[in-house]
Amino acid sequence: MKRTTLVFFMVLAVAAMVLTGCWEKTSSDVIKIGVFEPITGANAAGGQLEVEGIELANKLYPEVLGKKVELVIADNKSDKVEAATAAARLVEKEKVTAIIGSWGSSLSMAAGDIVKKRKVPTVGASCTNPLVTKDNDYYFRVCFIDPFQGTVMANYAFGKLNAKKAAIIQEVSNDYAVGLANFFADSFKELTGDPDCIVAVANYNTGDQDFSAQLTNIKAKNPDVIFAPGNFTESALVISQARKLGITCPFIGGDTWETQEFLDIGKEAVEGAVFSTFFATEKPITSESEKFLAEYRKAYQKEPAAVTALGYDAYILILDAIERAGSADREKIREELAKTENFPGAAGFITLDANGDAIKNAVIKQVKGGKFTYLDTIETK
Amino acid sequence: MRQRDRILTLIAFLLLIGFIYFAEGFLDIYIVRVLNVCAIYAILGMSMNLINGFTGLFSLGHAGFMAVGAYTTALLTMSPAVKEQIFYMTPLIKPLDAIMAPFPIALILGGILAAFVGYLIGAPALRLKGDYLAIATLGFAEIIRVIFTNTQSITNGALGLKGIPAVTNLWWSFGGMILTAVVLLSLINSSYGRAFKAIREDEIAAESMGIDLAKHKNLSFVTGAFFAGIGGGLLGNLLGTIDPKMFSFMFTFNILLIIVLGGMGSITGSIISAFIVTIAQEVLRFLDETMNLGFIVIKGKVGMRAVVFSALLMIVVLFYRHGLMGTTEFSWERFLNWKPPFYRFGKGTIKGCKNS
Amino acid sequence: MTIDLFLQHLANGISLGSLYALIAIGYTMVYGILRLINFAHGDIFMMATYFAFFGVITFGLPWYISFPIVLLLTALLGMTVELVAYRPLRDAPKISILISAIGASFLLENLAIVLFGGVPKPFPTPEIFTDVIRVGSVSIQKLTFYIPAVAIICLTFLLYLVNKTKTGMAMRAVSKDHETARVMGVNVDRIILVTFGLGSFLAAVGGIMWGLKFPQIAPLMGVIPGLKCFIAAVIGGIGNIKGAVIGGFILGIGEILLIAFLPNLTGYRDAFAFILLIVILLYKPTGIMGEKLTEKV
Repeated sequence: MKRTTLVFFMVLAVAAMVLTGCWEKTSSDVIKIGVFEPITGANAAGGQLEVEGIELANKLYPEVLGKKVELVIADNKSDKVEAATAAARLVEKEKVTAIIGSWGSSLSMAAGDIVKKRKVPTVGASCTNPLVTKDNDYYFRVCFIDPFQGTVMANYAFGKLNAKKAAIIQEVSNDYAVGLANFFADSFKELTGDPDCIVAVANYNTGDQDFSAQLTNIKAKNPDVIFAPGNFTESALVISQARKLGITCPFIGGDTWETQEFLDIGKEAVEGAVFSTFFATEKPITSESEKFLAEYRKAYQKEPAAVTALGYDAYILILDAIERAGSADREKIREELAKTENFPGAAGFITLDANGDAIKNAVIKQVKGGKFTYLDTIETK
Repeated sequence: MRQRDRILTLIAFLLLIGFIYFAEGFLDIYIVRVLNVCAIYAILGMSMNLINGFTGLFSLGHAGFMAVGAYTTALLTMSPAVKEQIFYMTPLIKPLDAIMAPFPIALILGGILAAFVGYLIGAPALRLKGDYLAIATLGFAEIIRVIFTNTQSITNGALGLKGIPAVTNLWWSFGGMILTAVVLLSLINSSYGRAFKAIREDEIAAESMGIDLAKHKNLSFVTGAFFAGIGGGLLGNLLGTIDPKMFSFMFTFNILLIIVLGGMGSITGSIISAFIVTIAQEVLRFLDETMNLGFIVIKGKVGMRAVVFSALLMIVVLFYRHGLMGTTEFSWERFLNWKPPFYRFGKGTIKGCKNS
Repeated sequence: MTIDLFLQHLANGISLGSLYALIAIGYTMVYGILRLINFAHGDIFMMATYFAFFGVITFGLPWYISFPIVLLLTALLGMTVELVAYRPLRDAPKISILISAIGASFLLENLAIVLFGGVPKPFPTPEIFTDVIRVGSVSIQKLTFYIPAVAIICLTFLLYLVNKTKTGMAMRAVSKDHETARVMGVNVDRIILVTFGLGSFLAAVGGIMWGLKFPQIAPLMGVIPGLKCFIAAVIGGIGNIKGAVIGGFILGIGEILLIAFLPNLTGYRDAFAFILLIVILLYKPTGIMGEKLTEKV
């Protein structure tokens, strides 16, 4: 019968893997750090921004414990199956000491089991879903999580905008947007004490371009503020269509908005949009921030995005943990990472809680004159 | 079957078992993972080939069936504690949050549910033909995905499931693959299988020969959906996390590539090409990679791999329409008298099947 | 629901529907001749928007020069797709042609990712198209009036071409029966090529209008509009040009009204389009305006 084909091709398979040069020699004078990011696919834009920060940090701090640090970049293609394979490749084939990544929480989760099983300390830069680090001693992150961000924006809407009624328009197929919207709604209800303060919740799907019906419904409810978490691509269109429909109330959102494309696509319509993010270039928090800003501007001739700063932070935090551990032993590094307290990163001081999530301040920014400008800093409580 | 072939098959089988034993114990998880994915894609490829290649129903709904299987298996194997943690926004509906089943039972239930969904979809959709069927099945798969995105209290919506026990190993994936191959091969070599092929070659002629079109089309569709569900379940419990976005048309496209390359109408062809495509995906990684020369970063042609694969699909369809195996199956006879596999262009000759 | 609100929804629906209609015309034309879903139609449409982006933004051409060039380039692209992906398979089984069509569609998408990057780009929007008119509390973009006008111009032009010209006659002959048309001296390959060119030309018109209304372009932007407009074409009776326009409006207005009246179902919007497709296919497979086809043995 036919089963032998399998054997034959498996032999071929293994041979192919060997031949393509998988098993490189690992020399002991190099410490390898895996970079696990979406370089292609739907999340490519975010992944590339993070890689910029990581590479910059690597250029500034190329050594630890007298050994050279080598970055191994693995593309997870914005795809879960690929992400898991890419993580396995970093762990097994490249034998990395630690991993940084990934932009996009669901991709990070795909790597979660592998790093946990193989005990590789991993630091996420901007994955904000609480589930990423939950029940995983080896996953840390240098950013705050969605519940905090949702609360921050609810506070802003209630406290600064004096909003009593809010509408939500969310990207329902995006875990990030759904999470943020949920936490926003919870804390806004708590603040106003009014269970009906969320007057409308409208959904759209990733890739949708027409939001006129949802927005017309929202307009009829006459909210004081509209919370619109989602990718910058759809959000920019949402806001510009809302303005064309004559909706004048302020739009607030999350950190994903902070991209040049958001401004390019939204043009004057996004003027005044407010969102929470990790880091403001106008407000360097630590001396590391200033160093990062200066070097980034020199290398790329533009202003860094918040996720770039976080990628940078993830790298220097790992390096610091290796330094503190005094060896490239994965277990020791993990222990040191867990102890992180008030570590001065480019995007602020990092203290990791029991889950491995960073507790840090959030920054509020606004679009003004076609630029992102610093508005406020919200302290953690 | 000749004595020699029987012995060769036995030897091959033992070799495979030995290899899995060796791989589970000694190969690193990267290679094991790639092999797992290969075997799961082989299951998906074979099941889609049954519908598209053997019965000639151009269905593009495979991702939907996989999603049903993957979610069912995952929800049944996750522990109540994990479920409570994952569903932190909208709690899981009542009976599901406490039910647990052992992996094999969950897997089969996943398959059955996928088959049931296949039946529901097939009942109306199989009345359509050709490209209408293609677009309708594609539509159904999209509808499944949209429903999974929106029913937060069952699927956790866009947040997806996490912490699915990683039960799938090489024994499961290769075992599943061999079982699928055996079941599908016996189905194809039975009178049902001959009816499927008759429908593929000419529906009207088949009907006039007394073949019950609706019955056979449904059987093929439901069986295909069942194994797609099994494949999806294995995949979910391999990855440990799933979300609705995974099961987009992209996934169906990958499986389509596998069956076209392996030969529409060849079970063994699908297995071979599942391995080739999956491994090539890994080997061709360098096409996408960013080359780092000092600090000057040459951005690799991002997405080049995907271009190569879509071009490959077109080249195969345009120039080697029969793929690697055409409609023939692997046989020892041919294997021992090795000739380039794609030279056999005979249409509808089922050479490998005559001896079983 | 107040009357103002309903009117606003209706205006939104007409605006969206006219876009669907415009793209569906091109879809239906190609289908009418080839009896083949041109999966790549949505991607040709996407490429058109990128051509426009490069014309206006990169080369700095004014829109009235750049857009006509875009139309021609896109028509050429469509013809290339026909030559490469469809012509070699003219006599192959239908399933092969469909696979080739899907392959062509993915190839275009992935090429766009490689060449233009995955990050969305802004579409150039000249002021005269985007101004908003307010009637009472109803806001209508000027574009909402232009799109149906463009659709009607295209429709008239096509109806004239198909019904009154020699090429049109040949097209109709080819759509009835390739073999007979060939025997009667029609150059079938040339007619199909012309049809593809025209279909892609229309896709480009649709693409430009789409870009003006939704000023954001991305490599995968053609997928959903492509499917939606195919659905619109099926509703109207695939192969029927007037039907495509009607189908486009039905789908566009239907989608908007679904959300208007059942706001809880907004997440199911795409599912709605597909359900509509399946219902039409099952109960009236020839659509509203389509003619009955009997299969020959």
